[in-house]
Amino acid sequence: MALQILAAQCSVCGACEFECPNAAIKFKKGAYRIDPSLCTECEGFHDSPQCVEVCPVPDTCVPARPAA
Amino acid sequence: MNDTVISLDALKIGSRETLAASVAGGCSSSTCGSAAGPADMPPQIWEKVKDHPCYSEEAHHYFARMHVAVAPACNIQCNYCNRKYDCSNESRPGVVSERLTPEQAARKVIAVANEVPQLSVLGIAGPGDGAYDWRKTRATFDLVRAALPDIRLCLSSNGLSLPDHLDELAEMAIGHVTLTINMIDPQIGTAIYPWIFWKGKRRTGLEASRILHERQMQSLEGLVARDILVKVNSVMIPGINDRHLLEVNRVVKAKGAFLHNIMPLISAPEHGTAYGMAGQRGPTAAELKALQDACAGGANLMRHCRQCRADAVGLLGEDRGQEFTMELVPETIRYDPSKRQAYREWVAREREDRRSAATQAQAVTGGTVAADTPPMLAAVCTRGGGRINQHFGHAKEFQLFEVDAKGVRFITHRRADNYCIGGEGIEDRLDAVIETLAGVPIILCAKIGDCPCASLAAAGIEAIDAYAHDYIETSLLDLYRQRHRQAERRATRA
Repeated sequence: MALQILAAQCSVCGACEFECPNAAIKFKKGAYRIDPSLCTECEGFHDSPQCVEVCPVPDTCVPARPAA
Repeated sequence: MNDTVISLDALKIGSRETLAASVAGGCSSSTCGSAAGPADMPPQIWEKVKDHPCYSEEAHHYFARMHVAVAPACNIQCNYCNRKYDCSNESRPGVVSERLTPEQAARKVIAVANEVPQLSVLGIAGPGDGAYDWRKTRATFDLVRAALPDIRLCLSSNGLSLPDHLDELAEMAIGHVTLTINMIDPQIGTAIYPWIFWKGKRRTGLEASRILHERQMQSLEGLVARDILVKVNSVMIPGINDRHLLEVNRVVKAKGAFLHNIMPLISAPEHGTAYGMAGQRGPTAAELKALQDACAGGANLMRHCRQCRADAVGLLGEDRGQEFTMELVPETIRYDPSKRQAYREWVAREREDRRSAATQAQAVTGGTVAADTPPMLAAVCTRGGGRINQHFGHAKEFQLFEVDAKGVRFITHRRADNYCIGGEGIEDRLDAVIETLAGVPIILCAKIGDCPCASLAAAGIEAIDAYAHDYIETSLLDLYRQRHRQAERRATRA
C-alpha cells in the first residue's frame, strides 16, 4: 500500500512534500519521490491521500506498481 | 452568457453616476491613488508607497522590483492558470524559468541590488502561493532582510492560507500584500475556481468558493487592521466576473484596500489553461478601460500594472531576469549599498525638480487655456525617470497620457514589440506598432527616423522628438498650450 509520483507529469511544486503526514516525500535529483516504506496512503491521518488531494496535475500521484 | 458581458453603453451611464458620487466623496479622478504624489495622501502612507513601483504610478518611473520564484506550491486551482507552464519568453503572472531555494533567492537579490540601483522591492508572487508555501517564503524574507535591511518586502497571495500568518507578517515588517480577489459572490467563483485544498481535502463547487471568499475577506480585514497596505488584484474575465468587479471594487474599498488592480485575463489555447482550452477570451483594451472608468469613486485603481512574471527583475515594463539567472549569480556575494544609495539621493533631487517643474508648467497652462478645452491624448516613449528619453524604435511599450488645463494624467500603457532590431526597422513590426497606437494622435520620443516618422504620419499619428530628454509632464503641458494657441489663431483668422 503506497503511492508513487509519475515524474514525467510532475510540475515539481512540492505541495505534496509538506502535506505528507509521514514525511515520505523527498526531493532528490530534481524530482519528488515517495518512499514506499514510509507511505501509508495517509491511513490513520486523513480520509484520502494528501498528495493526491493537493497535486495540481491529474493522475500524477498514483498507486505504486508492485515491484516485478 | 451574453447578458453578463459588459456593455460599453451601460458602463458610460454607470460611469457618470459614479463619477458624480465620487466628486461628492472628495475625489474626482479614478487614478488619484496610484498616480498621486505626497500632496495627495497622509505622510505615513506616502512614506510606504513613494518607492514602491506597483503602489505608486509616480514611483514606477524611478524604482524597480524583483520577484523571486521560491514558492511553487499552490493550494487552489484557477481556470486561468496551468502550473506546468514555463517559458522565458512569456510575460504573465505565474510564469517562471527557474525555481530557487531561499538561499539562492537571497544571493540573487544581492546580485541584483549590486547591479540595479533602482531596486527597492522584493516580492514573492509564487509561482504558486507564497502564503501557502510559507516556510520557503518566510525563510527567503528572513535571509534577505538580514542582508538588505532597507529593502521593501512584498507578498502576493490568493488569501486562503494568509490569515494563518497575519501576525508573523506584521512582525516581519512586510508592508505590502497583494490579494487576488476575483469575486465576492461564491456562485461566480464556481466558474473561476474548480477546486481548493482546504483542511486535508480537495473541495469543489460552491463549497470551495465560499471558503475561499471567507478567507480572502479575513485576509483583507486582518491586513488592514495591522496597517499593512493591501492591493487587490482582480482578473477581468468577460462573461464571468466583468460586471461583478464593480461590486468587488466597492467592497474592497469599504474594507480598506489601498489600491485595486483590475487586470485583463490572458488566455490562449497554447497556455494549456482551462480557460485557454475552452476558448474563453480576455477583455479588449476598450472593455478593460470602460470597467476601470466605471469604478471611479470606488477603490483607487492601479493602471500601470504590466502583469509581470513571478521572476521578473527591473522597472515595470522591462524584464532583466535573463541577466540574473542562477548560473550567472556568484556562489559568494557581498552586498554593496553604494550604488543604491547614490541613486536614491539622485532620485530625491530629481523628483523634487520634476515636481516643481510640473507645478510651474501646470500653472502656466492652467492660466492660459480655458478649463473646458478638450483634453489631448499622447503616447510617450520613456526608459524611466519620468522623462521622454527613449528612441521610438527601441520602445517596447508606450505610456499614454491625457493632458488638459487641469493637468497631466497617466491613462494606461500599450505594449508593442519594438520594431527596431540592430538598427534596422522592419516594416511588419512598424505596422503592428501603428496598430497599437490606434486612436492616439501624438507620440513623443527622444528620437525617430525619417521613414517611421512618415509611416506614422500617413496613419494620422504625429511623432515629435523636440522634447527629447525633457520631463513628461512639462513637455505635454507645453505642447498642449502651443496647440491651444495655434487653434485660437486659426479661429481668429477665420
